[in-house]
Amino acid sequence: MIKKNYDLVVIGGGSAGMAGAIEARKLGIQDILIIEKNDYLGGILNQCVHNGFGLTEFKEELTGPEFMTRLSDQVKELKIDYVLNTTVTSLLPDKTIYASNQEGFYIIKAKSVLVTTGCYERNAGAIMLPGDRPSGVVTAGTAQLYLNIYGYLVGKRVFILGSGDIGLIMARRLTLEGAKVLGVAELCPYSNGLNRNIVQCLEDFHIPLYLSHTVSDVDGYDGILHGITISQVDEHNQIIPGTEKKYECDTLLLSVGLIPNSPLLRDAGVKLSRNKGAIVNERYETSIPGVFSAGNVLHVHDLVDLVTKESRLVAHFIKEYLDGKESAQDKYLDVIASDGVGYVLPHKVSLNNTHDVTFKFRVRKPIKDLNVIFLDKDSEIKKIFKPVLIPSEMTEITLTSEELKKFKNNITVKVEKKI
Amino acid sequence: MNNKFDIIVIGAGVIGCNIARELSQYKLNVLVIEKDNDVCARASMANSAIVHSGYDPVPGTFKARFNVEGNRMFYDLCKRLDVECYQIGSLTIAMDDEQMKVLKDLEKRAAENKVPVKILDHDELLKEEPNVNPKAVGALLAPTAGIVDPFTFCAHNIENALDNGVKLHLNEEVKEIKDLKDHFEIKTNLGIYQSTIVINAAGHGSYKLGSQLEKLDYQITPRKGEYFVFDHYAKGLVNHTIFPLPSAKGKGILVTPTYSANYLIGPSSELSESEDHSTDPATLAMVKAGALEMVPSLPFNELIRVFAGVRATPSDHDFHIAPLKTHPKFIHLCGIESPGFVSSPAIAKYVVNELVSPLIKLEKKENYITHVRPKIETRKMSAEEKIKLIKEHPEYGEIICQCEKISKGEILDAMSRSDHPHTIKAIKKRCRAGFGKCQGGFCQPLVAKLISEYYHIPLTSVQYSKIGSNVVRYPTKGAKHD
Amino acid sequence: MKELVCITCPRGCRLKVDEKMNVTGNFCPRGKIYAVNELTHPVRVVTSTVKLTGSIYPRVSVKTKDPIPKDKIFNVMDEINKVTLKCPVHIGDIAIKNVLGLGVDIVVTKNINK
Repeated sequence: MIKKNYDLVVIGGGSAGMAGAIEARKLGIQDILIIEKNDYLGGILNQCVHNGFGLTEFKEELTGPEFMTRLSDQVKELKIDYVLNTTVTSLLPDKTIYASNQEGFYIIKAKSVLVTTGCYERNAGAIMLPGDRPSGVVTAGTAQLYLNIYGYLVGKRVFILGSGDIGLIMARRLTLEGAKVLGVAELCPYSNGLNRNIVQCLEDFHIPLYLSHTVSDVDGYDGILHGITISQVDEHNQIIPGTEKKYECDTLLLSVGLIPNSPLLRDAGVKLSRNKGAIVNERYETSIPGVFSAGNVLHVHDLVDLVTKESRLVAHFIKEYLDGKESAQDKYLDVIASDGVGYVLPHKVSLNNTHDVTFKFRVRKPIKDLNVIFLDKDSEIKKIFKPVLIPSEMTEITLTSEELKKFKNNITVKVEKKI
Repeated sequence: MNNKFDIIVIGAGVIGCNIARELSQYKLNVLVIEKDNDVCARASMANSAIVHSGYDPVPGTFKARFNVEGNRMFYDLCKRLDVECYQIGSLTIAMDDEQMKVLKDLEKRAAENKVPVKILDHDELLKEEPNVNPKAVGALLAPTAGIVDPFTFCAHNIENALDNGVKLHLNEEVKEIKDLKDHFEIKTNLGIYQSTIVINAAGHGSYKLGSQLEKLDYQITPRKGEYFVFDHYAKGLVNHTIFPLPSAKGKGILVTPTYSANYLIGPSSELSESEDHSTDPATLAMVKAGALEMVPSLPFNELIRVFAGVRATPSDHDFHIAPLKTHPKFIHLCGIESPGFVSSPAIAKYVVNELVSPLIKLEKKENYITHVRPKIETRKMSAEEKIKLIKEHPEYGEIICQCEKISKGEILDAMSRSDHPHTIKAIKKRCRAGFGKCQGGFCQPLVAKLISEYYHIPLTSVQYSKIGSNVVRYPTKGAKHD
Repeated sequence: MKELVCITCPRGCRLKVDEKMNVTGNFCPRGKIYAVNELTHPVRVVTSTVKLTGSIYPRVSVKTKDPIPKDKIFNVMDEINKVTLKCPVHIGDIAIKNVLGLGVDIVVTKNINK
């Protein structure tokens, strides 16, 4: 039964949505509804049958389905309303939500909204994969669904483009299920996956990793994948002629990045950042007051434990919003990702802010012996030494409310080698 | 099995589908043979999908005649067949005074072709299209130009033909044609057929088939065009189809909104093989540069797909639509490159009324069905309409494609139509499932499952597009099928 | 001196182990255990799926309850591939007791009731 009015509607019942709803209920928000498109709560974790989840959240190592069940058990224990098999088709700027399922079409009014719709995989079109566009060229997550949920291998001779974690995990899963994984090509001169996955997904099975390589041709005559060519690239990512290697394969898995799944926000008129997540203030509130965002729809996280942590934090801000703490009229300092920094969250900090703020960011490329520097325009406010930072690991640095008071123009974040 | 027909149409591209529809109003026994496993699978699928106004083909040519006639028929036909088609007009941009002079010449050509056009100066152009390069000095506005859903156009043409009794054989390739004087014998990979009349609309394959019967006095050169497709968020980026000046190689790289509110940028024009649909970074970089020259703010971060189509360019640069000289009942259509799509209804009418009618008695059916069953598209409906629809038909409440908001009901409806699409791509073409930013990453497995359930085939038999393009190949655990 | 990447958790500490099995570079005590194990008898947790009947889902996810010797991974997979479970299944259900006599059970990692 879906009611017409809620204090909080959570769009997306994955780990971010569930963690946010659970925390919101613990904080005393009564009328909560989670809307989930699939026929279970848990989102993408349902197909992530590998382990490595939960070390921070539950202090033990779990598989994806176990992690999601821990959360969904809490949702049920706390009697939080949720609907499955239901798609939100629109979010309006006044926080009206249109949702659709086999039982009906619903118009729901929400006092606050938490958008936790996760991310989607960058695909062949978006990276302009050269050559043909046959079947057998699939994103790693789609192949993972076919494999772990439906019980089918896309193919048995597999090459993988991109060393993102899903690609690495799939290299092992496919090998265990009887496919031959011929290799992994990574455009960058370093891997984009976690070290542990390089070791236990590739090295354990003697799967070669070709750094500074990309797929330079796909032979998919008449819609069927016959093989691919990989080539080495130079420091400008340009293909070096003469370095081609050909592989006969029936599957090319793409693990070339994840993109926030934010069209609902965008269609609602929420301003998005360059990475397609919402632009949020230090309360994780979007440009529409009362509409909040957390998890991979905001920025793609390395670990689900970081997703749930973020979402639980956001629940506190939602509670404050519902309790009448105004935010819309605030003036903001922009947070700027400068030298060597890919992005920083939050994107802006209110001048009225009185709390400590944790900044989350990623470096553009691996860097050793560095300082992370926070500047007010040009003048340095805070400097923190780090022995090493890599793009595949999100970094968190907290500035105290006292430190934040020193910023007058903007908050600029950069990294530089320690001299 | 009956293998005797009054007319066999070879090829179910946009030309074959239109001819089939046109023929279906008469009491004739018609078979369409298509080598791919769906209609609209080659050049008809991969093109700019523009309803060209017809101002620029050389006056007096078939191209000029059928383009202009086709344009006049197109919008009404689309209404009748429930195909999305919008008359948004085209703008051909002049970047300097020299090009402006050429536009003046084109204005005269438009008058000869009886196509309404208007020259816009710099200010008028920028008012219509604020995102066009401000260096542009003017443009030629052709208000009758438009954009169409090319996939549904083909699908609904053939659906209307099938509803009126035409037969369609997919996955069947014509290998040999013999003229046995009172009929033709047509040998395919699957069987032998007899037909009084043959209409050869086999696209790239047409030249080879025609040459089996007669030496042709022109050549066909395949020319590939590569395109970019953008997601549908940058609304109002351009409001018309924007062309550069046409050149000897064709109409040049255009920037246009599509019927689905995406943006299409391309094509290139390079010599290729007729079966080569590959893209390459260097050519796409050239297309990008050309497009940025016209619309500098094109958001390439909205790119969701690249593709290529191959045109059949005739050496004499005009359509070939005529019976073979030595085989008067073999109607041969060849070299139907751009503006072939917009010309297709006019070509079909000409073929049936002018070329077929002298050969066989055309008698109208009494129970001819003029319209196709309209599509139900939930994304276009109001909340009130959807509440009512889902109450009556729950399957329209289950969204399968999250990006394009396509319901299960829409996919089931497509499969229940008389052309029974049965591949991922065929569903994508008709319903737009998999058309969006994730390119089927989320919905392909769901659509595959629906196909498997609807046609009672194992998942391992579901094809992506062509035969052999299985979406999954092997059950795990050594299982046979699940 | 041997260099290893700790795979105990996603942190992936870079470990150094000297001849006397002294470990440095570890963030937590598990790194030390991992390094010694990895050099003496490497073990891995295997995660996979098994066939499921009576459900709309044809597979359910499983794992080895504890790590198994690395060189036994494919032998264990052969055993996992033979199993068929019947719906309903719950987290912790034993799919294979003491697989290959290794002292480790294969357990279900998902609840499926339909």
